[in-house]
Amino acid sequence: MTQHGAAVEGAVRRLLAAPLNTLLSLLVIGIALTLPAAGYVLLDNLREVGKSASGVQQISLFMAVDADRKAVAEIESRLGQAGAGKWRFVPKEDALKHLKGNEGMAEIVASLPRNPLPDAFIVEPADAAPEKLEALRQTMAGWPRVAHVQLDSAWVKRFDAFLRLGKLAVTLLAALFAAGLVAVTFNTIRLQVMAQAAEIELARLIGATDAFIRRPFYYFGALQGALGGLLAAALVAVAVRVLAGPVAELAALYGGAFILRGPGLVDAGLLAGVGAVLGWLGAQLSVSLSLRRFG
Amino acid sequence: MIVADHLTKRYPGGFDAVKAVSFEIGAGDMVFITGHSGAGKTTLVKLIGAVERPTAGSLLVNGQNLSALRSSALPYLRRHFGLVFQDQKILFDRNVMDNVLLPLQIVGLPRREAVRRAQAALDKVGLLDREKANPIALSGGEQQRLAIARAVVNRPSVLLADEPTGNLDAESAADIMAIFESFHQVGVTVVVATHDHHWIERYRPQVLRLDHGRLA
Ligand SMILES: Nc1ncnc2c1ncn2[C@@H]1O[C@H](COP(=O)(O)OP(=O)(O)O)[C@@H](O)[C@H]1O
Ligand SMILES: [Mg+2]
Repeated sequence: MTQHGAAVEGAVRRLLAAPLNTLLSLLVIGIALTLPAAGYVLLDNLREVGKSASGVQQISLFMAVDADRKAVAEIESRLGQAGAGKWRFVPKEDALKHLKGNEGMAEIVASLPRNPLPDAFIVEPADAAPEKLEALRQTMAGWPRVAHVQLDSAWVKRFDAFLRLGKLAVTLLAALFAAGLVAVTFNTIRLQVMAQAAEIELARLIGATDAFIRRPFYYFGALQGALGGLLAAALVAVAVRVLAGPVAELAALYGGAFILRGPGLVDAGLLAGVGAVLGWLGAQLSVSLSLRRFG
Repeated sequence: MIVADHLTKRYPGGFDAVKAVSFEIGAGDMVFITGHSGAGKTTLVKLIGAVERPTAGSLLVNGQNLSALRSSALPYLRRHFGLVFQDQKILFDRNVMDNVLLPLQIVGLPRREAVRRAQAALDKVGLLDREKANPIALSGGEQQRLAIARAVVNRPSVLLADEPTGNLDAESAADIMAIFESFHQVGVTVVVATHDHHWIERYRPQVLRLDHGRLA
């Protein structure tokens, strides 16, 4: 126990002994961990968006631009027969009016020679099972004078695919930077072993065990990694703080109440833990290789 | 307590530095290893101190056969010895006290007790008032006394010194030898390698005279 205490003490002393080196190493490790951590936070937030959006299932049915009243009435009756659920008719005049009310769009709309928008139905299907929705979409697409049927859950699916891709990218990034962290620790420890060659050699000669010699380096690597992890958490938290305002405004524009969530205490602890494990690993590799020449 | 039987050390490359040497050193003995430069004194000291391992023959220390010992057991055996190296191996990145503390940290002695023991060791060699000094500021004789303090701080049963008076003036050398004699007086086994015959006449120790790796 006193041996471990002394080793930790020694590791802290070594960190403090070269403050500039320590700072630089921590920055490198911190930044290396920041990128995957930020990616993870982003995905986490996007997943929340996906969750809140996936509850709404609707089908938008757009008529051909030149479809007349009769064609619209035909579709309306077919919707009733199909038992599609609740629906709302959006005449092209209403759509145009809505667009005019939009700041910035008014002038553009006014300059148009005629209404470019089609009549549309917004259908809230009674049965929201994905395969039922798809079947309904196909049926509707076959109806006369129907230009386009859009399943609004399609974007959720696409979003989901995007999230999966993002997760893969973040995982790869994390693996890459984890390797980087191990390499940085490896090099730091290698330099330390070289700087302390005299002490290590002497300690060996007067009865130090392998564990006694290695332990302080392990603790050093773990400690440096953990501090780097905490630094990464802090950097991400700051970035989230800076971005939270603009993101909330943006979300409000689209009628959402979306709050960007930063890393919590658990996330910070996790990052510190991951940093510590990787640092320990780097130290282990480094010490094993560096100590070979001491026999 | 130390029994060598046809003890041999062949260095990688094929050179036999110590050749089939047999001797016995009893507990509490004072032994000098003498011989010309290159005779094998340092090698023999390293063999006894379990720093080097024999390539042939046997070396028994307190009944343990060094040649048969597992590598993982070596550190613990080494702690029975207090070594004063020919090149001293003083660490100049820390003060006198921290140099003497190292062997105690290795055995895991609690800090408070370790400091007490280190102070006692420094006191024995007359360096207590220099405990905060950097060893670079010490004279040659003082550095040698620091090396001795570090060697004895763990209360080893055997004190091994390799040419401890080598680079010292006559007065400092006499001080150093007096310190070894005082440890011998309190029952420590003292083994000193030296090519200085002056001390043999003075202390009348048991003498192992080496000549090209053989006992002469
Ligand atoms: N590590 C080594 N590798 C090869 N030869 C060595 C090594 N150490 C010492 N020797 C050789 O062994 C012989 C004895 O050396 P040493 O024990 O240092 O003698 P002494 O201390 O009496 O001067 C010398 O010829 C020396 O060159
Ligand atoms: Mg020698």
